[in-house]
Amino acid sequence: MIFWKLFYTFLRIGIFNFGGGYAMIALIQNEVVTRNGWMTMQEFVDMVAVSQMTPGPIGINVATYAGYTAVLHAGYSAPMAMIGSCIASFSVILLPVVAMILVTRFLMKMQDNPAVQTMLKILRITFIGLIAAAAILLMNVESFGSPTQDTTQFILSIVIFLAVFVAAFRYKVSPILLLVLSGVAGYIIYGLILPA
Amino acid sequence: MNNLGTIEKKASLWTLFGAFCKIGAFTIGGGYAMIPLMEKEIVDRRGWLDKETFLDVLALSQAMPGIFAVNMASNIGYRLRGVLGSVAAVLGNILLPIAIIILWATCFRYLQGNPIFEAVFKGLRPAVVALIAAPVFTMAKTAKLSWGNIWIPIVAALLIWLLRVSPILIIIAAGIGGYLYGRYLERKEGAA
Repeated sequence: MIFWKLFYTFLRIGIFNFGGGYAMIALIQNEVVTRNGWMTMQEFVDMVAVSQMTPGPIGINVATYAGYTAVLHAGYSAPMAMIGSCIASFSVILLPVVAMILVTRFLMKMQDNPAVQTMLKILRITFIGLIAAAAILLMNVESFGSPTQDTTQFILSIVIFLAVFVAAFRYKVSPILLLVLSGVAGYIIYGLILPA
Repeated sequence: MNNLGTIEKKASLWTLFGAFCKIGAFTIGGGYAMIPLMEKEIVDRRGWLDKETFLDVLALSQAMPGIFAVNMASNIGYRLRGVLGSVAAVLGNILLPIAIIILWATCFRYLQGNPIFEAVFKGLRPAVVALIAAPVFTMAKTAKLSWGNIWIPIVAALLIWLLRVSPILIIIAAGIGGYLYGRYLERKEGAA
């Protein structure tokens, strides 16, 4: 049953995420798109765009959205999809919140254990690879357009990609501003200039 | 309560919920964007935690699994009002964002296929991919990757990308490997 599967899937995503919001995106991509086929890669990219531009933690936003779409794709109605949203976002935080309470209560010292320190350091390094794989998997026809069929869109996509990458990495421009600008650029290029 | 840090003022469950509602509603762009607002609200305005304890909470929230902002809320709520405080802070932090996304998801279906909407998203998609690619390099820089450990993220990425290995398996392997390395090998190397 889809609700049980959602619960179990997001429970796992929550407890295994040691790498922040983008790592969460990588984990959700694998579980929701690759493994369960609850949405397409393109829907996934659109969802990440929306999640970044609405308030709240990205992990919560992506989980809420994924829960909604998963239930809808399984053939249920919109109200049922809302229940899916709630299940996904609550199960993603359930175990971490319990773990946090237990750690705050009993195990504050565990943090200072050198072996735990090394483990966390190596986990953080590993997550760099996870996020890299998520980015590579998204460099596809759905996100960039086909180089043979829509050559113009493909080239423009590469330009937007490079501009946003440099602005985010080198100049630390805020992601929200970059997304707003890219959306406006998309509207001007594909909405106003190209169809005419 | 003293081992949990200095608490300057008492917080009611309701004010705790309200404070985190505000933090959740006004931060766009993810967990780390919440830090300044949280500090202002929790430390400066309400005086619930001192600055030092706030930094401890921050470090712990980064170390623990899950969602960073939710971990912060959960920890601060627990310090102030126990388990119920934790629940109140977490709910406050996520309720409004969840409601907004559900609203968005409902509208989204009707917007798909609309030419203006499609045009905007054609611009957004490559930007999203760039925004996911950029932190890879930022994180690689802050983690001070060396020739000794750069193979870890590279192998992880290749396993996921080419062999479709589940990221969760990789996390488990890295966690166990990291712990064992720290426990049995690292100290010996340091002593030698």
